[in-house]
Amino acid sequence: MKHFYYIFFVCIGISSCKETTNKYSKIPEKKVPEIVDYNFDVRPILSDKCFNCHGPDAKKRFADLRLDTQEGAYAVLKESPGKHGIIPHKPNESEIYNRIISTDTTQVMPPADSQLTLNDYEKKIIKKWIKQGAEYKTHWSFLPVEKPELPTIENKQLANNEIDYFILHKLKQLNLSPNEMADKERLLKRVSFDITGLPPSLEMQYKFLTDTSENAYEKIVDELLASKHYGEKMASSWLDVARYADSHGYQDDDLRTMWPWRDWVIHAFNENYGYDKFVTWQLAGDLLPNKNLESVLATGFNRNHKINQEGGIIVEEFRIETLTDRTNTFGKAFLGLTFECAKCHDHKYDPISQKEYFSTFAFFEKTPYRRHAGGVGKTLAEKPYLDISTQLIQDSLPFINKKSYENVRSMIMEERQEERQTHLLERGAYDAKGEIVTHDLPKSILAFDKSKFKPNRLGMSDWLFDKKNPLTSRVYVNRIWQEIFGVGIVKTSGDFGMQGDLPTHVNLLNWLSSDFMEHGWNIKRLVKQIVTSSTYKQSSVISEEKQAIDPDNNYLSRSSRLRYSSEMIRDHVLASSGLLNSEVGGRSVKVYQPEGMWKATSSGRGILSSYVQDHGSNLYKRGIYIFIKRTTLPPVQQFFDASTRDQCEVQRQSTMTPLQALIMLNDPTVLEAARVLAEKLILENNSSEKNIEVAFRKIVCRTIKPEEKTIFLDYYKKQEALFKKEQSRAEKFIDVGEYPSENIQETYKVAALMQIIHTMYNMEETIIKS
Amino acid sequence: MDKEVFEHSLNINRRHFFKKAAMGMGGVALGSLMVPDLFTGSNEAAIQPTLGLKHFASKAKRIIMLTQNGAPSQLESFDYKPKLRDMFGQELPDSVRGEQRLTGMTANQNSYPLVGSKFDFKQHGDSGMYVSDLFPNIAKITDDICMIKSMHTDAINHDPALTFLQTGSQVGSRPSMGSWLSYGLGSENKNLPAFTVLLSKGKGNGQGVYSKLWGNGFLDSIHQGVQLSASEDPILYLKNPNGMDADSRRKMLNHLGSLNEIGYQEFGDPEIQAKIKQYEMAYRMQTAVPEITDVSKEPDHIKKMYGSDSMIPGTYAANCLLARKLSESGVRFVQLYHQGWDQHSNLVDHMKMQAKDVDQASAALITDLKQRGLLDETLVIWGGEFGRTNYCQGKLTNDNYGRDHHPRCYSLFMAGGGVKAGTSYGKTDELGYNIVENPVHIHDLQATIMHLMGLDHEKLTYKHLGRRFRLTDVHGHVVKDIIA
Repeated sequence: MKHFYYIFFVCIGISSCKETTNKYSKIPEKKVPEIVDYNFDVRPILSDKCFNCHGPDAKKRFADLRLDTQEGAYAVLKESPGKHGIIPHKPNESEIYNRIISTDTTQVMPPADSQLTLNDYEKKIIKKWIKQGAEYKTHWSFLPVEKPELPTIENKQLANNEIDYFILHKLKQLNLSPNEMADKERLLKRVSFDITGLPPSLEMQYKFLTDTSENAYEKIVDELLASKHYGEKMASSWLDVARYADSHGYQDDDLRTMWPWRDWVIHAFNENYGYDKFVTWQLAGDLLPNKNLESVLATGFNRNHKINQEGGIIVEEFRIETLTDRTNTFGKAFLGLTFECAKCHDHKYDPISQKEYFSTFAFFEKTPYRRHAGGVGKTLAEKPYLDISTQLIQDSLPFINKKSYENVRSMIMEERQEERQTHLLERGAYDAKGEIVTHDLPKSILAFDKSKFKPNRLGMSDWLFDKKNPLTSRVYVNRIWQEIFGVGIVKTSGDFGMQGDLPTHVNLLNWLSSDFMEHGWNIKRLVKQIVTSSTYKQSSVISEEKQAIDPDNNYLSRSSRLRYSSEMIRDHVLASSGLLNSEVGGRSVKVYQPEGMWKATSSGRGILSSYVQDHGSNLYKRGIYIFIKRTTLPPVQQFFDASTRDQCEVQRQSTMTPLQALIMLNDPTVLEAARVLAEKLILENNSSEKNIEVAFRKIVCRTIKPEEKTIFLDYYKKQEALFKKEQSRAEKFIDVGEYPSENIQETYKVAALMQIIHTMYNMEETIIKS
Repeated sequence: MDKEVFEHSLNINRRHFFKKAAMGMGGVALGSLMVPDLFTGSNEAAIQPTLGLKHFASKAKRIIMLTQNGAPSQLESFDYKPKLRDMFGQELPDSVRGEQRLTGMTANQNSYPLVGSKFDFKQHGDSGMYVSDLFPNIAKITDDICMIKSMHTDAINHDPALTFLQTGSQVGSRPSMGSWLSYGLGSENKNLPAFTVLLSKGKGNGQGVYSKLWGNGFLDSIHQGVQLSASEDPILYLKNPNGMDADSRRKMLNHLGSLNEIGYQEFGDPEIQAKIKQYEMAYRMQTAVPEITDVSKEPDHIKKMYGSDSMIPGTYAANCLLARKLSESGVRFVQLYHQGWDQHSNLVDHMKMQAKDVDQASAALITDLKQRGLLDETLVIWGGEFGRTNYCQGKLTNDNYGRDHHPRCYSLFMAGGGVKAGTSYGKTDELGYNIVENPVHIHDLQATIMHLMGLDHEKLTYKHLGRRFRLTDVHGHVVKDIIA
């Protein structure tokens, strides 16, 4: 409770305004809490304003004063003998406090030229904290995960599972009550997209809407979790984490064929591998005592990084670049930490030294690194790799969807026999070798006990999944939460360190993380827990009050209205129109793309210098299979905030730009879908009213409202009349996409209905989780 | 302005704006490429030249950056080294080379014979600036430009070096310079993006460009560079589908607006209003952009000044002309890339062709801006990602040679926007290998560009994953000596 108001204020402080405060007197004033807590009240201030010069980085420390540790802060000041940075219980005798309130510009801290200042509230916090004893605590995310008791709530009927206890408890403190449950139609659309990334079919809609049994929703959730499309949905964000792409990423940006690894990711999610197995295979599948081809294929995770094939690179520079990428990815993907900040110097905020950075780096040192020698366009992979033959697939890797004529090589990890020394690199520069370091991992997270863990990537993985590792579970649970609610319990899902956001519900995160480990890192179970909570099932209506008190919906008194990802938008258009090719896996496909995009940017060399579009059913595969050439991203990915795959990303933005409107209005993918659905409906010989109703149900996934129907019917009649009058225009309009036309005589009808359907695709609700 | 207020103003994003709007704080605006609208709170508001967020007064309001992609040789263009001719074929002395690393292409060469420019240099203008005969038009405007002969960079390969030049980092996931300026200053035109990108290919050895060069990194996507071309569809997906005219589109948007309004009544989500405006903005762009990109209506004397290529869409000359139009219309940052400058071999022929490609139009752009009275407020930047070696790569003959990558020194020039015209800055040694006076690092260049735009490169920050990022990382010094 005591931290709650503080966090709350920080979250809405910027966006709220005076008028609102007056109208909704429930908005808490920003008050200094009764008991000031180091982690939640004090450290955010010190970290942001002081640690840059008085923090963990020994080389940049001023006056030899360190404020991130108790010893440092309590010690006698080197430059002012007799004085202490902090004297517990005595703010006025503590030099820190005297400096931050000083009006003397030569004395005040932070110094005037630092561009940083403390406001009155922050000064009061520091004062009170010192008064109360200036107690330091370990950063919350580095404390071991402990399962907290469920909080008490008054209205237990509102809770469906443990998640709700934590959420309702906080809402009560805010004087907010949760929304009603969403209507069944909208709930189904929401959960269907969250689990499979696809809209519910008409059959599924019918089944769910007519099922009045108590567990109707749970049955649907189970059905969705069992779908083969679940793995595709889950893989979608994992590809961001793994910086997956179909090209090498630099300059000529040539072809690579890592997609069998992607097929494995989908397979692993569908088979519901525990998160521990899922990650261990990717990190160290080649080092397992009982390794097999599948676990070796999985190690492609660490080969997805970019490879510079530019003529004349200095090989060692890019070998180091590759190891850097793997180290940073390890930090961000699994530990939610910004390891990269410790490459050139000790981390400025988090307890990761430069030496620890390179000790982590050392785990990847023994991987072979060879530059390809084949020249542009000659190689699909650099060694080591697996040649994915049809035989291999039949014998061991049946989930790889390869056509017999395709040549495919999937890169993998391998350990060299001979030792290679790892040096700390001064300033992070590849050619500035410093002291020799050996395998180790940051001890502030969990000491790397060499008697327990092997000195290789397998040991690294065991360390991650040691029950005492405080981060692995929290970080992944938070990402799954983010995937479903749009924002994590820790907003900065890539930074659980000192500078990251504090969790809005720390106990909930701890409970879920602990529960996740207790149940064998079972991902499907976690997803099910979340989507069956009452919290998840709320409607997304925003009252004026909630808009004012919690505009970002940090406390989940409603469901957030989130825009679909770029992949979901495509998939929705294809699935609802019936165009979707639901084949799982396979080589990446080149779908419609404006002409000349690759040519304009390429050097003219290599097989990817110009775009050769696919045809037939490959045009209608899901978004996850779209070919990603890193240096020229597919426009739909670029416009709808997909990651660039340059490096590991754990969070996408959600923005709104006119280019998004243009793509929805003019992209042949959407127009073709509208045309094909229009033709299908017309062939069914129903009234235009009925056609509108059915199309609407497929696309918006609910019953059309009477006022919506009026608009569409009116629009339809006008369009029909117009196209009847101007036949040639109708013909031009429906001539879009390669999917064969049904050659319906009355083109004006097709054109008119197509226009209606195209309008439906452009409705706000269509591509929103609502 | 107070630091907190400054950062706050910059950080106001669409979401927060709309929350305010919904709470009766002002008119409804569009969260979009057109950043000023976010701040003025009205679509119809008069366009403000700046957001008032500058750190200090400055002349430059807009930038046109003419990136010569592939690294043009400074030794055949602007850095005159007669001594190299005298020493033709002689080995590069070890004492000169020092610790400099070499690329994988020439590291194993057993000889590093020096070679001077095949092309003659002459002095031009009041300042007596040396320019090679390959650039006769640029030679005529030397009194308008400020030549930096002491540029240097960290990277030795194209992709990392270009990425470094454009984003201040070699990593490839940081915001581009244009994105930073869009973020810091917004756009002056409500119908055009604040940051646009134009691409052209040269005749020499090309090295490609990459969309990460105009990426928004961790900044909001509204700051992403928008690729434009002088073609039928100047922005991707701008054109209505066949069979649909502007009137039909208008009607569709009207219906769509009514439908979305029904959704707003139900959910009360201000994002729905934003979406309606997003579509309206797209509609306005459909008219505004083709008007801007149509260069055919330019008067004859202008066409003549930029050269006949200026009427061929996609050429460097056409892009220069288009750049002027965009900039004149208030686009904050117009970014051009011209490929083809990677002369590892056949330098003599290829430099000729490349120079011919860009010389006339580059000079025309600066002259054109000057004649319109716009040069003072427009900063034009011309240059590549690194320089080229003073020794020959591959076989040296009397007629031909090549040059490898050389990050240690190169030349770049700027014009307008508050830089000292008719000056040269920095010096290299007589063999054109090392800088001997006033080095300008890429981060210094970036700091200076920001300064010329009224921004303090140390103050324009964005907090992402716990760290306040800057275009200049933790480096960069403003080169005060070149500021008028």
